[in-house]
Amino acid sequence: MSEKKYWQGFGELNEPEKLQKHRQNEFQEDLPFGDLEDKGLLDAKAPRRDFLKYLGFSTAAATIAASCKMPVIKAIPYANKPDDIVPGVAKYYATTYVQDGDVVPVVAKVRDGRPIKVEGNELCSFTKGGTSARTQASVLDLYDMYRNRYPSRKVQSGKFEEIPTFEQLDKMIGDALTGLGGTSVALLTSTLVSPSSQEIIDAFLKKYNGTHVQYDGVSYSGMLEANQATFGKKEIPQYNFDKANLIISLGADFLATWLSPVEFAHQYAKGRRIDEKNPAMSKHYQFESYLSTTGSSADERFTHRPSETGTVALALYAALGGNASAPALADEKLKNGIAKVANDLKAANGKALVVCGSNDVNVQVIVNAINNLIGAYGNTIDWSVSLNYRKGIDKDMRDLVDKMDAGQVGAIFIYGANPAYDYYDAERFKSALKKVKLSVSFGEKMDETTQLCNYVVPTHHYLESWGDASPKTGCTAFIQPTIYPLFKTRPYQTSLMAWSGNNTTYEDYFKNYWTQKLGSTVAYEKALQDGIIESASAASSAGSFNDAAISNSASVISSAKKGGKNELVLYQKVSIGTGSQAGNPWLQELPDPVSKATWDNYAMISMAMAKDLGIKLDVNYEYFPEKPVIKISAGKTEMELPVLVIPGMNANTIAVAVGYGRNEKLGKAAAGVGKNTYPFASFDGNNISYSVADVSVTDQHKTYKLARTQLHNTYENRFEVVRETTLATFKKDPEVIPEYREELAKEFYDQSKGNYRSNATLYPEHAQPGIKWGMSIDMNVCIGCGACVVACNAENNIPVVGKHEVMRAHEMHWMRIDRYFVSSPENPDDLKSVVFQPMLCQHCDNAPCENVCPVSATSHSAEGLNMMAYNRCVGTRYCANNCPYKVRRFNWADYNGADSFPNNQNFTGVGELDPVVSQMNDDLTRMVLNPDVTVRSRGVMEKCTFCVQRLQSAKLDAKAENRPLRDGEARTACQMACPTEAIVFGNVHDTESQISKEREVHPQRMYYVIEQLHTLPNVSYLAKVRNTNEIVEGHHDEAKKEAIPSAHNS
Amino acid sequence: MSPHKPTTKKLTLLFFLVFVFSEIQLSAQDGKALFQQKCAVCHNIFKPMTGPELMGMEQRGPWADHNKLLEWVHNPAAFMEKDPYTAGLKAQYGIVMTPFPELTLKDIDAIVSYIDAEVAAKNAPKAPTEGEATAKSSNNAVFFGIISLIMAVVALILWQVNSNLKKLSEDSEGIVKPKPVPFYKNKTYIAIFAILLFILAGYYITKGGIGLGRTIGYEPVQPIFYSHKVHAGINQINCLYCHGGAWESKQASIPSVNVCMNCHKSINTYEKGPELFDADGKKVDGTAEIQKLYSYAGFDPNNANSWDPSKAKPIEWTKIHNLPDHVFFSHEQHVRVGNVQCQTCHGEITSMNEVKQFAELSMGWCINCHRETKVNFNYDDTKGNKFYSIYEKFHEDIKSGKMDSVTVKDIGGLECQKCHY
Repeated sequence: MSEKKYWQGFGELNEPEKLQKHRQNEFQEDLPFGDLEDKGLLDAKAPRRDFLKYLGFSTAAATIAASCKMPVIKAIPYANKPDDIVPGVAKYYATTYVQDGDVVPVVAKVRDGRPIKVEGNELCSFTKGGTSARTQASVLDLYDMYRNRYPSRKVQSGKFEEIPTFEQLDKMIGDALTGLGGTSVALLTSTLVSPSSQEIIDAFLKKYNGTHVQYDGVSYSGMLEANQATFGKKEIPQYNFDKANLIISLGADFLATWLSPVEFAHQYAKGRRIDEKNPAMSKHYQFESYLSTTGSSADERFTHRPSETGTVALALYAALGGNASAPALADEKLKNGIAKVANDLKAANGKALVVCGSNDVNVQVIVNAINNLIGAYGNTIDWSVSLNYRKGIDKDMRDLVDKMDAGQVGAIFIYGANPAYDYYDAERFKSALKKVKLSVSFGEKMDETTQLCNYVVPTHHYLESWGDASPKTGCTAFIQPTIYPLFKTRPYQTSLMAWSGNNTTYEDYFKNYWTQKLGSTVAYEKALQDGIIESASAASSAGSFNDAAISNSASVISSAKKGGKNELVLYQKVSIGTGSQAGNPWLQELPDPVSKATWDNYAMISMAMAKDLGIKLDVNYEYFPEKPVIKISAGKTEMELPVLVIPGMNANTIAVAVGYGRNEKLGKAAAGVGKNTYPFASFDGNNISYSVADVSVTDQHKTYKLARTQLHNTYENRFEVVRETTLATFKKDPEVIPEYREELAKEFYDQSKGNYRSNATLYPEHAQPGIKWGMSIDMNVCIGCGACVVACNAENNIPVVGKHEVMRAHEMHWMRIDRYFVSSPENPDDLKSVVFQPMLCQHCDNAPCENVCPVSATSHSAEGLNMMAYNRCVGTRYCANNCPYKVRRFNWADYNGADSFPNNQNFTGVGELDPVVSQMNDDLTRMVLNPDVTVRSRGVMEKCTFCVQRLQSAKLDAKAENRPLRDGEARTACQMACPTEAIVFGNVHDTESQISKEREVHPQRMYYVIEQLHTLPNVSYLAKVRNTNEIVEGHHDEAKKEAIPSAHNS
Repeated sequence: MSPHKPTTKKLTLLFFLVFVFSEIQLSAQDGKALFQQKCAVCHNIFKPMTGPELMGMEQRGPWADHNKLLEWVHNPAAFMEKDPYTAGLKAQYGIVMTPFPELTLKDIDAIVSYIDAEVAAKNAPKAPTEGEATAKSSNNAVFFGIISLIMAVVALILWQVNSNLKKLSEDSEGIVKPKPVPFYKNKTYIAIFAILLFILAGYYITKGGIGLGRTIGYEPVQPIFYSHKVHAGINQINCLYCHGGAWESKQASIPSVNVCMNCHKSINTYEKGPELFDADGKKVDGTAEIQKLYSYAGFDPNNANSWDPSKAKPIEWTKIHNLPDHVFFSHEQHVRVGNVQCQTCHGEITSMNEVKQFAELSMGWCINCHRETKVNFNYDDTKGNKFYSIYEKFHEDIKSGKMDSVTVKDIGGLECQKCHY
């Protein structure tokens, strides 16, 4: 298994030697010593004498400063301590993350009155404690310094003026509402999943005879309408990926952004786990136009133009024996793929599922027809449960805008929706909004739409709120406040009630509503405590399929216009989504799973298009942040975007993420990052289309810097980092990895001399008398979603460094997800697989970093942890240099504001820190810091600690209760965040623990990264297996052959 | 010939002197430290506490023989079986003393002599021969010091005489020697002086540096003169009644006003207790201090029924025990799991009026305790904390006699990431 099969970038693929040379250069950019060369030392910017003067002065100053009087510290207890609060002990409250219809039941950890972390709620049957990156990051939004802090109204100058009291506000709104003069009232929201709020809204609308329009930034209205046409219901049925042996996705990014990714990822992972005794897994085909996060996990991928989505669906329908004929497809591979998938689908016998990401009602009708044909309804798709995640109908929104434009709407109330930013025709909406006399926004932040309203009545953040959410039939998740509202905000429900003449607060209303519904206060409190109520699942229903719409849809698809030379598709990034959380620095700095880019959106293009544009895929393209800029024009919309060449894209497709290019009022994190690409969306007569069939592309002959992280760390050409194979190869020859590992031991050490583990090193073996922590990561179920990375950020106070620091490889993430492409050697564009490998400190038992630290700041613990003592570290960075896994991070600057020197963050000599760093250092934002983890200062090394604070606290709980530690009590943040349970952690000395079992039952896939170095890591990986029949040739012999020279070299 | 020889001699003498002084100081300090570390939790010198007072101990039971005392201290339970006196003590106090197997005979001697010295010091002011008594206690040190000094001077003179004689004899033998260099220009002297200066300066700078931020003995004036002596000492209120956090949280926490008011709603005056004096020796009116509490609580004792606790204002105490931010210290771990007495780190709190910092709260101080303290290990699977049942190797070693006990150090108590993360 040669490492060259796995590659991370084009530089590595095409010019590996040159790339290696670049990587050995410690500094990417020129150091600021240039002026020394031509001038004398004394004329330099910082001459030696000055340097000595400063040195002397600062030493003396520090001495004097240090010897000053100790500060007097006050300790102020409560005046009246609440009974249930113990200072220093965290409380956990079940609540629910709700954002634009996304619903993830969570448990909020509250330390001394402030929520600092959210975990998934394990009582929820469909997420089982899984979360997404956005869920994990939502706690930071609570402390966003750019939140609206009080109700306000627009005055003549166009500025907003605070309204001192809610009574005054209510009077103003009430007066305005009575003076509408026959015009109507409209309520515009994002998808609303709250049953109690729905009642309040209904009462409000009844009073003013208004209408309620639900609008989604990225709409699923095509699907809803297709279901209306074929099943008579404007609803979305429950998809069960775990029941499907065969999963076909037509451009649906269901693991990252589509409908309910956390739930689907959890289901998907069930079918992807391998029982080594009887290796089998679900098969996942992906048809798509660009390389999506979900596509990266697919077993086989086929690409097509965005305009061909319908044709592909229709061709598949026809191949399955459907009564339709599809227009011819040009691409041979695609055609063969459709035939193959059709065969597989016929054989799957109902245990299959087809999902489609298109918003075209006709395409979705055909997809429904396919699912009907293969017997998915009642098996893998269940009509007894309908999903409420997205309910917006595009035509309703268009009607509303028309009415507003015609002056028929006298008052509009907006909650959660931001059409001024994400509507396909935002300009029209903006002008129509101006014609509405009374416009009220409940926006938490000054987003694009809120800025245009007359009144801003900010609602609470979900962590401050009461509420409920019904994500699907028979399930209600509850929201309860975890902190007293930080600002003068009011739940939008209370406002609506006040304006419809009901003076109860939403809190009371909510309590009444649910106490009555559930029958008793006890039941109500139990529901709040659990955070979720689920009724027993009904028998799976197939619904009644009506095929009347198929022929019309087929003919519309067949007669659709062909695409031009280049096409464009809009997609959502797993981190930013539609953009509602774009002001969140954690999400902005989370590298995209596929492109590994942070802080920007860009045009992803294929290698073929790169060739057309004359972009040479060499080291210079790959290694430096400067990327060529192209101009994309589609009709009146023109946009300049930097280019990222990604393998496995459709040759003629450009993919651009939405959610960027926000207004500066959303904060330092969002402002000026990327471009708003929603204007590329269009209305196709029924629904909004998120692709453009014909765009022209021109090279702008300039460059733009993109901050990507993938090449910041190098394994120095060491291999056996990634292990990946096909299911057929694995079945044929399952012992490749165990044999390789045995071979290694033999090569290194004469077995007759004793224990390989302890004797094959110069250093003494560390004893672990009690616990020994270990982690296993199953790369087969890792989907690269990044929830773990954000969870780690939140748990461990990891600083945000900003785009410019990321470009200088200074990102601080303790955990990174390495992305490797697997392609055929002849054609790198023929992407076979993408491997995601979460990489974190391996906690080596024979750690190279420990031996080189001159001050013993890093050492080994009696529980197998590789410890890092920040206050001992003097910043030599020897450890990071000697770490073969490159998981150590150095605080090049005072990112956290941890140092007490006021100007420590200005280091103008080598560049300024981005404004977002100061946003993260604001007193309000810093409330999110975990008090159990040191905030690191400048000049020290840091790295993954296996969440030692959690391990310590779990151990203490066990000791306090006088019992042994139970398995699963001590869990790391990344492990808990993972929606697919790819990460298993625990005590490997306990033979009954999950981690021991995980390693025991997977001997054929378990391996350690670069094991030949004999670092004895405590993190093991399970090799990725993709479900294809391909036999990887020379697999076995090659591995053996290459193990030997590598052993000698290392 | 060589000028180094006399220098060496002189240095040896200097070192000798230094050692003589330090040895004397050592044993006195040792006794005090050992007493505070091991005994003070349960024993007071002058009055019975958890255990009997230690004054006049040698006149009681078999304790005149320090070997027996040692045996007892090492294993009280075993000793008690054959000794009726200690068995009687158990009947009297209800508990058996904690074993201290790490103490040596020398330690016992040091502790006993410290106790004797304390007793002597207490009795001294009452005796008419006040001056003599005080002089006597530090007599030995001064005596040895004077003798050493005289010896040093004699040695110096002898050495001078010796070198003069040598010079005379060399002169008479006609050996011409270069003119002697005056001592202040002698490079050897300068070198020695420089090295000494370097060592001394280094020592004091390091010591000063290490001491930065340490506030042992810190006793700030608090907004209310709250006497721990009255509350925890005389009235024997359990520490955890007010500092409940010490049982279940990392922070011991300072009680809120409502906790104070639980009792002070009915205790309005300070009458029966001893007179209170602040750190400057000024008399404190206890009743007035209770009034201060009432002003924080918004409580009027004459109109107690109309009190609204929600109007109370928090009291701004001055924090005394400050650990650096990068230290994770859990009271729960120490108090609840480790059974460490509050007094071990906070000193004889029951006799302090206003609290002062007792321990230096330095890392070395923590680490030393971790080195010595025995874990509440389930040695025979019945007693001790069951959490430690997973330490199989230690259990085997204890059974086979390879180990007699497990200290905090053995289970990783000296590791950085036990307290720093």
